[in-house]
Amino acid sequence: MGLLSSKNKEILVGPLSVNNPVVIQMLGICSALAVTSKLEPAIVMGISVTAVMAFANVIISLMRNTIPNRIRIIVQLVVVAALVTIVSEVLKAYAYDVNKQLSVFVGLIITNCILMGRLEAFALGNGPWESFLDGVGNGLGYTLILIIVGFFRELLGSGTLLGFQVIPEKFYELGYVNNGLMILPPMALIVIAVIIWVHRGRNKELQEN
Amino acid sequence: MEDILSVFVRSIFVDNMLFAYYLGMCSFVAVSKNVKTALGLGIAVTFVLVCTLPINYILENYVLTEGALSWLGPQYENVNLSFLSLIIFIAVIASFVQLVEMIIEKFSPSLYASLGIFLPLIAVNCAILGGSLFMQQRAFPNVGVATVYGLGSGIGWLLAIVGMAAIREKLAYSHVPKPLKGLGITFIVTGLMGIAFMCFSGLKI
Repeated sequence: MGLLSSKNKEILVGPLSVNNPVVIQMLGICSALAVTSKLEPAIVMGISVTAVMAFANVIISLMRNTIPNRIRIIVQLVVVAALVTIVSEVLKAYAYDVNKQLSVFVGLIITNCILMGRLEAFALGNGPWESFLDGVGNGLGYTLILIIVGFFRELLGSGTLLGFQVIPEKFYELGYVNNGLMILPPMALIVIAVIIWVHRGRNKELQEN
Repeated sequence: MEDILSVFVRSIFVDNMLFAYYLGMCSFVAVSKNVKTALGLGIAVTFVLVCTLPINYILENYVLTEGALSWLGPQYENVNLSFLSLIIFIAVIASFVQLVEMIIEKFSPSLYASLGIFLPLIAVNCAILGGSLFMQQRAFPNVGVATVYGLGSGIGWLLAIVGMAAIREKLAYSHVPKPLKGLGITFIVTGLMGIAFMCFSGLKI
């Protein structure tokens, strides 16, 4: 059994599209929306979630045979909370501005349903290496959606990307106006709905009846 | 007094947990299929918020922040435990949810059966932890205000999920484009409700 057999590859790549945590499994929507009005916090948030998820999956997977079933939720929460505390302190030290923008949402990674969902569904029943791949895969799937939403909201809402002006001045002189609605919270939901629409339009087997 | 009223109204309408910060979206999408269960979950969330916020407020102000331990004696004045706040908050919430679960199971088995899996899931509802984190960030003046904030956020969340459930019950009979069925249309409706709620944003009391 190689480290990247076809089954493991499936675990890693599946969550990017057909098994995406946000648009298919409906996990982690809470924080996916709030941090995406700009591209930069979206990327930082995605990386943080991926890191926490990969390591939480490995730790829980290593402990899976020793955790009593009745108190597993509390054990999982404590492991995740410890990891999130580390991430939050690192962000405070090295990326203070982004940390300010993310405000409470770094702490809210703890209650991000992706984490609990994957820990319950995958890490409790699989070995550490598969769990690590599953964590990274789902984290990347989540990051992908965050980046798409952040890209469109920042481009259409402020005319910038990562803080740099993208839409040329000429356009503004001709009467182009930034769409202020894109910055407002409700538009994140509608952008995600459009992503779901396109995604399910292309993959007919995912449609609900 | 005005302060309390203003925090209460603001937390229901202006800073609505769901429409302004998207907290609790996961259970919101999963449980808003019929009004009755939505109402049950909304009440449970409100109850847990009202109970955990004052506890976390006291812990935050007498144990965790810098200098908070000075009531133990002058030698503890420089202790800053705020890096522990995430773990402490989630531990309080998780144990409280466990407690509520046991109490309901003992005294009202029928309610316990109807809430089912959603009771333990309240522990990982972002709205609850979000309430505690916002409380920490906004530095409310006293326990009373923090409790009222918890009550208001809970009611705001309840309003949102019951309204959504009522809309989704009707939505079952309408023609929605196939790829948008289920999750997609729920997002769009939530977005539109959020825009409607934004008209409260200038509200002052």
